[in-house]
Amino acid sequence: MIKIAIASGKGGTGKTMIATGLASVLVREITLQFLDCDVEAPNAHLFLRPEIHETHPAIIALPVIDPDVCTLCGRCVDVCEFNALAKIGGQILIFPQLCHGCGSCNLQCPESAIREKPHPIGTLSLGQTESEIQYGRGELTISEPMPAPIIRQLKRKMQNHGEIRILDAPPGASCSVVATLHDADFVLLVTEPTPFGLHDLRQMLGVLEQTRTPAGVIINRDGIGGEVDKGRTGITSDVEILLENRNIPILMRIPHRCEIAAGLAKGKVLTEILPQYRMEFSNLYLKILEQLQTQRTAA
Amino acid sequence: MNIAITTQGQSLDSRVNPRFGRASWFILYNTEDESWQAFENPAETQRGGAGIAAAQFLADKGVETAISGRFGPNAHQALSAAGIKMVMFEDKEQTAREVIDDFLAERLSKPA
Repeated sequence: MIKIAIASGKGGTGKTMIATGLASVLVREITLQFLDCDVEAPNAHLFLRPEIHETHPAIIALPVIDPDVCTLCGRCVDVCEFNALAKIGGQILIFPQLCHGCGSCNLQCPESAIREKPHPIGTLSLGQTESEIQYGRGELTISEPMPAPIIRQLKRKMQNHGEIRILDAPPGASCSVVATLHDADFVLLVTEPTPFGLHDLRQMLGVLEQTRTPAGVIINRDGIGGEVDKGRTGITSDVEILLENRNIPILMRIPHRCEIAAGLAKGKVLTEILPQYRMEFSNLYLKILEQLQTQRTAA
Repeated sequence: MNIAITTQGQSLDSRVNPRFGRASWFILYNTEDESWQAFENPAETQRGGAGIAAAQFLADKGVETAISGRFGPNAHQALSAAGIKMVMFEDKEQTAREVIDDFLAERLSKPA
C-alpha cells in the first residue's frame, strides 16, 4: 500500500480540494482509502459524501491513583513526558487535559497504585462512498485538546488493505500533522505563493527534514501574491525560490479561478468543476510514483 | 519567608519575566535574612505543562510565595495545591529588586 499524505502548513491552501480530487480520480483504477485526519475540523465528507457504516469512540486511558496504595515516590511524575502529573502538597495531582494516555505512569509505578480509566475524546466514523472509496474520519470532541491519539486510532481502525491510502492532514506543523505524516510514503505539500504560504511551507519543510519523507509541492492560486522577479528564469515567487533552493519539485499548479471557488463552495470535487483535472490528477499520481523512485534511490 | 520571582537573568538587578512557567530564571529570596539564589527554570523549554513543572520545582524548593506577571490555569491549580501564594506585578520593566521592594511594601496584587 502506498500512503500519500496531503499537508500544507498554512490552512485554507487547498489540501482537501487536492485530496478529494486525487482520490476521486485514482479510485477508478485502484482500490483506495481516504482518511480525513483533520480531526479538529474534518470536511472531506462534504465533497466525498460517504455513507457511514460504523462509528467507534476514540479513547485515551487516563491514570487514576489509589491514594491508599501510593507511597508518593514520585516515579510517575518523573516519567511523564507531558507534565500531566505533579507531586504537590502530599498528593499526586493529575492534569487530564495534558495527558496523552501513553500509560508510562502506570507501567512505571512500583506499587501498582495506578489504574487506567477510559476517557472518550472523540469519534471515528468509517464508511464508503458511491465510487467505493473506503472512507474514515476522526472527530475530536469540542473542548478536548488532544488530536494525535484519534489520528493514530483512525489509522489502526482502517486496516491496511487497498492499494493506496490518501491522508488529508490537518493544517499547521505540530503534533497532529506529525501523527498524520508518521508512516506516509510521500507528502504532497499544498501551498500558495503568498508570504503566509511561504512562512508555513518553510515550517512544513522543517518537519519533513526530521521525518525524511519524500515530498512534492502543489502551488494553488498560482499567480497571486505578487511577482518577485529576481532575474532568474522561470522563477516568479518567493515560494518557488525556496523550493528550488531545497530541491523540492513542483508537481502541479492550479490557477486562482472564481469558478473553482464557487464549485468548491457547492461541495463539488475539483474534477467535477473542471473535468480537465482528471488528466492532471492522473499525471500527478504518475509524478508521485516517479518521485518515490528517484527520492528513494537518492536516500 | 521564601519567595520566588520570575526573571530574565540571574541577579537581583535582572529584569523580571512576566511569564511564570516559561520564565528563564527564578530568584529565590529569603525575606528574613535577605539571602537569595538564582535557579534556572527547568520547565522553560518543556514541550507542555511548563506551569505545572515550574510549580513542582518551587514546591520542592519550599517556596511560600510565587511572584510573576501572570499565572496560567494549570500553574494556578498546582501552586494552590502546594499552598504557595501567588502575587502579580504589573510593570514588566522592573528589576527583581524593585519587585521585591513592592512586595514587601504590599504594593502587589493577587490573581483574581
